[in-house]
Amino acid sequence: MGKMTLEELRKLREEKKKVVEKRDVSDKDVVIIVGMGTCGIAAGAKQTLDAFLDELDKRDIHNVVVKQTGCMGFCANEPTVEVKKPGMPDIVYGRVDDKIARKIVDRHIIQSRLVNEHVFDKPSTDIVG
Amino acid sequence: MHFAVSDFLSDIVQNSIEAGSSSVMVEYLEGDGRLEVYISDNGKGMDAATVERVKDPFYTGGHKHEGRKVGLGIPFLIQAAEAAGGEFDIKSEPGYGTSVYFSFDLTHIDCPPRGNLPSAFLSMMLFPGDYELGIRRKKDASEYSVQRSELVETLGNLEDVDSVLLARQYLTSLEEE
Ligand code: FES
Repeated sequence: MGKMTLEELRKLREEKKKVVEKRDVSDKDVVIIVGMGTCGIAAGAKQTLDAFLDELDKRDIHNVVVKQTGCMGFCANEPTVEVKKPGMPDIVYGRVDDKIARKIVDRHIIQSRLVNEHVFDKPSTDIVG
Repeated sequence: MHFAVSDFLSDIVQNSIEAGSSSVMVEYLEGDGRLEVYISDNGKGMDAATVERVKDPFYTGGHKHEGRKVGLGIPFLIQAAEAAGGEFDIKSEPGYGTSVYFSFDLTHIDCPPRGNLPSAFLSMMLFPGDYELGIRRKKDASEYSVQRSELVETLGNLEDVDSVLLARQYLTSLEEE
């Protein structure tokens, strides 16, 4: 395939836009925030981000905003990911590896059900306060 | 902890962004079995005492976690570079910014894996805020550079999953021959 130019990138962007606009995207945006603190990175947060991107792409989901943040303060439970979906409570998931990331797309984002085993709500005790 | 070389890089760039830099420049130069990485920013900088402390694995910063994270990655990097025939250097001036240099002997048996470079570059582009990030990448005779501003300009933003996917595709393609 070789190196892409910015011009080619711009064209791809235009094509994608047209396809997406044709669909009826009435759904409100979902926001996914991946924690990229040092220990998040060491625990594989980049692979987690990649897994989300792959799965959203595969399932043709477009109404998602992907963000990254620094340390979320949950060392022991990295990689951590916060998911905000309209009509559902904001949820922080812990220990989100490749597989769990794909599960979150399927259950939380598509079916509006929580991935209970990975819901996480407490920061590491040594950094509270 | 399992850090790849590209993890060290994104960790340092993240420090730069969190130090309030509006501009970060990265050079990632590979050739003759050696990797040299330069990262310079125009963030808030550190005084000499703070620079010494961020090299210390037990430095935990002032409050909460902001400091600990800065203290986490750098000692690991120093250790890894030294174990693999490489070097580490950091210079900083309060009010002007920080520059970090590190190198690895890629042929050294203790050299960490390089990691996935395009996803490290992508991740460095995705932090919130309005910062410029310039990357210059050289591998033997071939070379390319990317600016965050040109990606944002071309894709409209770097937040929509569609834009992020295209940015990833673009950055991955640049690594091809
Ligand atoms: S770096 Fe681990 S929780 Fe902050």
